[in-house]
Amino acid sequence: MAGAGGGNDIQWCFSQVKGAVDDDVAEADIISTVEFNHSGELLATGDKGGRVVIFQQEQENKTQSHSRGEYNVYSTFQSHEPEFDYLKSLEIEEKINKIRWLPQKNAAQFLLSTNDKTIKLWKISERDKRPEGYNLKEEDGRYRDPTTVTTLRVPVFRPMDLMVEASPRRIFANAHTYHINSISINSDYETYLSADDLRINLWHLEITDRSFNIVDIKPANMEELTEVITAAEFHPNSCSTFVYSSSKGTIRLCDMRASALCDRHSKLFEEPEDPSNRSFFSEIISSISDVKFSHSGRYMMTRDYLSVKIWDLNMENRPVETYQVHEYLRSKLCSLYENDCIFDKFECCWNGSDSIVMTGSYNNFFRMFDRNTKRDITLEASRENNKPRTVLKPRKVCASGKRKKDEISVDSLDFNKKILHTAWHPKENIIAVATTNNLYIFQDKMN
Amino acid sequence: MLRGRRRMECTLDAQSLISISLRKIHSSRTQRGGIKLHKNLLVSYVLRNARQLYLSERYAELYRRQQHYPDGAPLLAMPTCPPPAAAAPPELAALPLPADTQDREARSCGAARGGAELLEAPVCAVPPELQRAPCRDSSPGFYRAAGSAGPGGGGGAAPGPLYAAGCDFGSGGAPHCSSRTTVLDLDTHVVTTVENGYLHQDCCSQCPCCCQPAPGLASPPPAPGTKRKYYPGQEEEEEGVEEGEPGGGGVAGGPPFAPCTKRARFEEYSAEHPQDSSNISNLISIFGSGFTGLVSRQQADSEQPLNGQLCSKQALASLGAWTRAIVAF
Repeated sequence: MAGAGGGNDIQWCFSQVKGAVDDDVAEADIISTVEFNHSGELLATGDKGGRVVIFQQEQENKTQSHSRGEYNVYSTFQSHEPEFDYLKSLEIEEKINKIRWLPQKNAAQFLLSTNDKTIKLWKISERDKRPEGYNLKEEDGRYRDPTTVTTLRVPVFRPMDLMVEASPRRIFANAHTYHINSISINSDYETYLSADDLRINLWHLEITDRSFNIVDIKPANMEELTEVITAAEFHPNSCSTFVYSSSKGTIRLCDMRASALCDRHSKLFEEPEDPSNRSFFSEIISSISDVKFSHSGRYMMTRDYLSVKIWDLNMENRPVETYQVHEYLRSKLCSLYENDCIFDKFECCWNGSDSIVMTGSYNNFFRMFDRNTKRDITLEASRENNKPRTVLKPRKVCASGKRKKDEISVDSLDFNKKILHTAWHPKENIIAVATTNNLYIFQDKMN
Repeated sequence: MLRGRRRMECTLDAQSLISISLRKIHSSRTQRGGIKLHKNLLVSYVLRNARQLYLSERYAELYRRQQHYPDGAPLLAMPTCPPPAAAAPPELAALPLPADTQDREARSCGAARGGAELLEAPVCAVPPELQRAPCRDSSPGFYRAAGSAGPGGGGGAAPGPLYAAGCDFGSGGAPHCSSRTTVLDLDTHVVTTVENGYLHQDCCSQCPCCCQPAPGLASPPPAPGTKRKYYPGQEEEEEGVEEGEPGGGGVAGGPPFAPCTKRARFEEYSAEHPQDSSNISNLISIFGSGFTGLVSRQQADSEQPLNGQLCSKQALASLGAWTRAIVAF
C-alpha cells in the first residue's frame, strides 16, 4: 500500500494497547466510539458505561526519533448516566454513541458526546496553577476564625500538578423521540446536526432550548415505514450541505438553502441491487451503517455489512469504487442472523490524504484498502503482537477449500471479537482500533 | 452469541427463520434502551421474505398434491356455509376475476420479487410450473391470507388454527374482540386499541360491514375484495373451488370453508410443529407482511387488480398496531 509520503508500502507496527487484559469483559467497558481531534493530539473513546476517556499524545521526544509520542490518559469523566423516561416507561442507555471534537479556539478543548437521547458539550481544560495564601481560608479550605487573623497578604498563583477538568457546558436534550445515531459539526463551527432513526435536527452550539428539524422521514402512518436514517454527516467544506444514509442502502444529499425542511433530497445515491445476490437477508446487508465524507469533500464512503463503497458526489447512480470487506460471510448470513452479528454496525474511516480507507471485521481483524494501488491488507489487533515496533503480519481468511498455512478458515473466526470502531490520525499514519474493550494504537514503521 | 469456534451452519428453513425473527422481535421489547426501530425493521424484512417462501412452499406442496389427486377429494367441494352475499359490497360483483387458474395461482403463490428468487433457491423444491409464474407481486395472495385471519377468524368458523391459535378468536362468539392490546405511539401519544390483531379504528373506517357482528353466520362477512380465505389447511379446497368455479369464486362471499374438515386437514399439516405453528401463526397474522409500506411499495410496481388492493389494505390494518407496538415499547 502506498504510504502518505511515497511509493513504499506502509508497514504497520504495534504501538500501544489500552484497557483491561481480562478475557471477561465488563459490559460497561465495551468501547462504543473512537475519535481523534483535529490536530490528532487527543484521542477520545466512549464506552457503554457512559464514560469518556481522552488520551493525549506525548510531545515528540528528541531522543526517540524513531517513534512518535505515546498516547497516555489525559482525562476521564462520566459523560452520561442511565436515565428513565417515566412518561414512556423507557430506560435510556448511557452508552456513548458518538463523540465529535470541536476545533480548538483557545486553551480549552471542546467535544460533543451523545447517547440515545441527549447530546452534551464538554469543556476539557487544564489547570496547572492554583491560588495560595488566602487570608480567611486554610490551605485545605477550612475557614479560619477571623479573630485569629493578624496580618493580611495577597494570594498568589503557584504551580501545581496538572489537573484536567471536564465540565458540561451545554446539554441538548428532549429533541429526539428515537435513538440518536449520529452527530456532526458543521464547517461553520457554530451549528451541528443530530440524527435519530427518523429525524435530523439542527442545533446551534450556544442554544440548548431549541433546535430546528431539517429532515423528517416519519410517515404519517407508521404502518408505512420502510426505512430509517442510519447515519448523517455535514460536508467538510460546504456549510449548507449534509448527507444521510438509510437502512435501504441509499444516501441522500441535502442542501439547507433549498428549503427549511430538507425532506426532498438534492441528490440520491443508490446502486441497483444485484438480483443474483438476493437472499432472505438482502435488506439487512444493504443497510448502511456509516457514512463519511473524504477530507477533500469530493467523495464519500459508505459501509454496509459486507462492503465499503466510495461515491463521487457528482455521480449518483453507482459508487466509483467498491471494496469487499469479508465477502466470505455471504454464505453464512443465516448463522450471522441467528446470533445477531448481522446487525453489527461497522464504521469506516479515511486517512488524512484520502488515499486509504479502513474498516473493521470479525476475529479482531481490520482491513485497509489503498485506493491508488488497489491493494488491500488484513491485520489483526491482538495482544500477541504487543512488542512495540513489531511489524504486523498480514492475515488471510480462507473462504473455502484447502487452507494454506497461516490462513484462518471462516469457521474458525471468532464472531465475538469484532472491530466496529476505528479512527485514523488526521495527519500521520497512526490508527486507533477498538476491539471489544481494548484500544489498540498502531503506527507506521519509521526509518 | 455464537461461541467463537462453532461451525457456521444453518438450515434455510423458512419456518425456523420466521420463529427466530419473531423471537427477536419479542425479546427486543424487553431489551434495555427500548425497542430499536432499525433492528426491528430489518427483522421484519426477513420475516416477510421467509413468509413469502413459507407460503410459496405451501402452495408448491398443494400443487404437488393436486397433481397426485387431480379429481380432488370430496372435501374440496362447495363450502357448507352460505355466502353472506348481502354483506358484501356491491362493487365487488363488478371486479374483474381472473379466469385463469394458473394466473391466480401464480399471483397467490408468493411470486413476489423476493419470492420468485427464493423459489429458485435450492432449499425450496418448487415445481417448474410455479417457477415459470410471472414475477409479479403476490400481495393479493398473501395479504388475503393475513387479512382473513382477522375477520375470518371471528366467527364460529375458527379455522386454520395455524393462524388462529393463540389469537383466541373465540368460537361462535363475538366476532373480533376476544384479545385486546393497547399500544402507544411515542410521538403523537395516541393510544390505539388492537383487537385480535386488528386495529379497531382502521378496520371500522374501511369496512363497516365487517365490524358488525353477524351472529347468524358461521363466519363473518368477508373483507371486501376477498375472493377466498387462505388457511394452510384450506389449500386444497381453494384449488378445488378454483377448478369447480373458474370465474365465480366466492367473491360475494367466499366463505371460507367447512370448519370440521378444515380442522382435520390442518392437523395433518401442523402435526410436526404444533407449538411453533401456533406462535408463528398468531404473530404472522398480526404482523402480516411486515410494515405496510413494504406492501404499498410493491403494489406500486405491479398492476394490481382492485380487489387485491382493497383486500391488502384491509388485511394490513392489523399491521399498524404491531408497528406501533414496536415503536411504543
